[in-house]
Amino acid sequence: MNDDLRELYQDVIIEHSKRPRNFRPLEHAHHVDGYNPLCGDTVTVYVDLADDRVSDCAFLGHGCAISTASASVMTETLKGKTRAEAERIFQDFHDLVTGQRADADPEQLGKLAVFAGVSEFPARVKCATLCWHTARAALDGQDEPVSTE
Amino acid sequence: MTAARATAAVARPPLDVERLRADFPILAQQVHGRPLVYLDNAASAQKPRQVIEAVAHFDATDYANIHRGVHTLSQRATDAFEAARDRVQAFLNAADRKEILFTRGTTEGINLVAHSYARSSCHLGDEIVVSAMEHHSNIVPWQLVCRERAAVLRVIPMNDAGELDLDAYAALLGPRTKLVALVHVSNALGTINPVAEIIRLAHAKGIPVLLDGAQAVPHLAVDVQALDADFYAFSSHKLFGPTGVGVLYGKAALLDAMPPYQGGGEMISAVTFEKSFFKGLPGKFEAGTPNITGVVGLGAAIDYVQQVGLDAIGAWEHELLAYGTTRLAELPQVRLIGTARAKASVLSFIVDGIHPHDIGTILDREGIAVRTGHHCAQPVMQRFGIPATTRASLAFYNTKAEVDALIAGLRRVIEVFA
Repeated sequence: MNDDLRELYQDVIIEHSKRPRNFRPLEHAHHVDGYNPLCGDTVTVYVDLADDRVSDCAFLGHGCAISTASASVMTETLKGKTRAEAERIFQDFHDLVTGQRADADPEQLGKLAVFAGVSEFPARVKCATLCWHTARAALDGQDEPVSTE
Repeated sequence: MTAARATAAVARPPLDVERLRADFPILAQQVHGRPLVYLDNAASAQKPRQVIEAVAHFDATDYANIHRGVHTLSQRATDAFEAARDRVQAFLNAADRKEILFTRGTTEGINLVAHSYARSSCHLGDEIVVSAMEHHSNIVPWQLVCRERAAVLRVIPMNDAGELDLDAYAALLGPRTKLVALVHVSNALGTINPVAEIIRLAHAKGIPVLLDGAQAVPHLAVDVQALDADFYAFSSHKLFGPTGVGVLYGKAALLDAMPPYQGGGEMISAVTFEKSFFKGLPGKFEAGTPNITGVVGLGAAIDYVQQVGLDAIGAWEHELLAYGTTRLAELPQVRLIGTARAKASVLSFIVDGIHPHDIGTILDREGIAVRTGHHCAQPVMQRFGIPATTRASLAFYNTKAEVDALIAGLRRVIEVFA
């Protein structure tokens, strides 16, 4: 397997895609559906906010390994963050997977850094970002489904 | 030699695949450092040098607008354009050249019939019949008509192999049925539908039939008169020709009675502000300057395909399909979607626990181009309870070695996710 692929399908990503964390509905939590009409991937992101802070975050849906792993790591990352912190992480993540952050600080991105390889696969960027766009809509209190197109 | 072996020997394709591959310059390249294995022919087929050169020659020497200039280039361009119509007529064995309409593609051909024929013949409670294996382009135009006319879309069901239920079909045909619109060969499953029988059943009740032939014409000889098809639509780019060009065949009696689809230049014989007079066929349905160069390219593509021979193409593709089916069966994680007895060279499949997009990405790095997703046939995916498939669609220029590369690539995919 070539290096780009190994970089994309890191063990952490494969592992999260097979055993996604927080893969469950959150009763009473606000949730938004995300949809990628190009490939048919769907995701529902649930966020519980307490005093502007994410007290719990979970997701359901089906998609490729990248989208499932991305949603799984995202739910872990967002827990305990304020909305402003979540927005900043979203921007950092977006820059990372679109290749606009060659100087990304791995410390700051934490586990999200495993998605750096996505930037070599432009066709897969939306797989990684669908859940984030959906979470952002949920944090903003929106109800409308989110679409990548 | 047994009878079966004798038959196999006779059926052995006279195709010199390596020589034919040399006609397709795009195939001789490396992708990600590996020889390109192009298995996305059902999405769009590649062009032989003969088409590329015919287009370049026409643009370099004969191009002008058609049907209106008295100058030499306009006459040459008109001759080339109309010669392509003759080639299409012969290709489909249409009774008359005026039954061949040039469109932008299969989708526009279907929309033409939906707007011009179905809208004027459908009223409250009338029915249009499609099948469970249609491409979105043979669903949505009819839904739009049904919504406008308060008509009803009825769907022929299929079995788990991807074969239509003909008894259910016959039961759907009734006094309210205004049209049957059916795919000839399924893009997502490969199924070759028994269209002659389907048309016979519809005609017994006086119902016309439109066939979406986009995936049929690259693989099998189509004779619209023998089929008694009322409308037949296909696209140039799936037949090794340029994009942006398609053909709608329609029986002259139907087309003559239909109102124009689009208004504009080219389709009129006289215009005043009080009234316009429309041309006869085919001009009535060809408003505006068409894709002249593209039509010339389609003519060259038809010449090429006929020179290779659709019988030989069909025989070789059948052998490739059988080989690919057998080899895929070596992988216990793989399940074929679409196992009809009559099938074109499409291998649509799912792999346990691995999403098609991940498969597509990994195969791409091996130089292998496949399509992944719902193939613009979401109802087919819903019927099989899956979100998407990986589809390898084979053309006559594909080889068994390329099928082997696909299998090796899939083994690698399975390793990554092991």
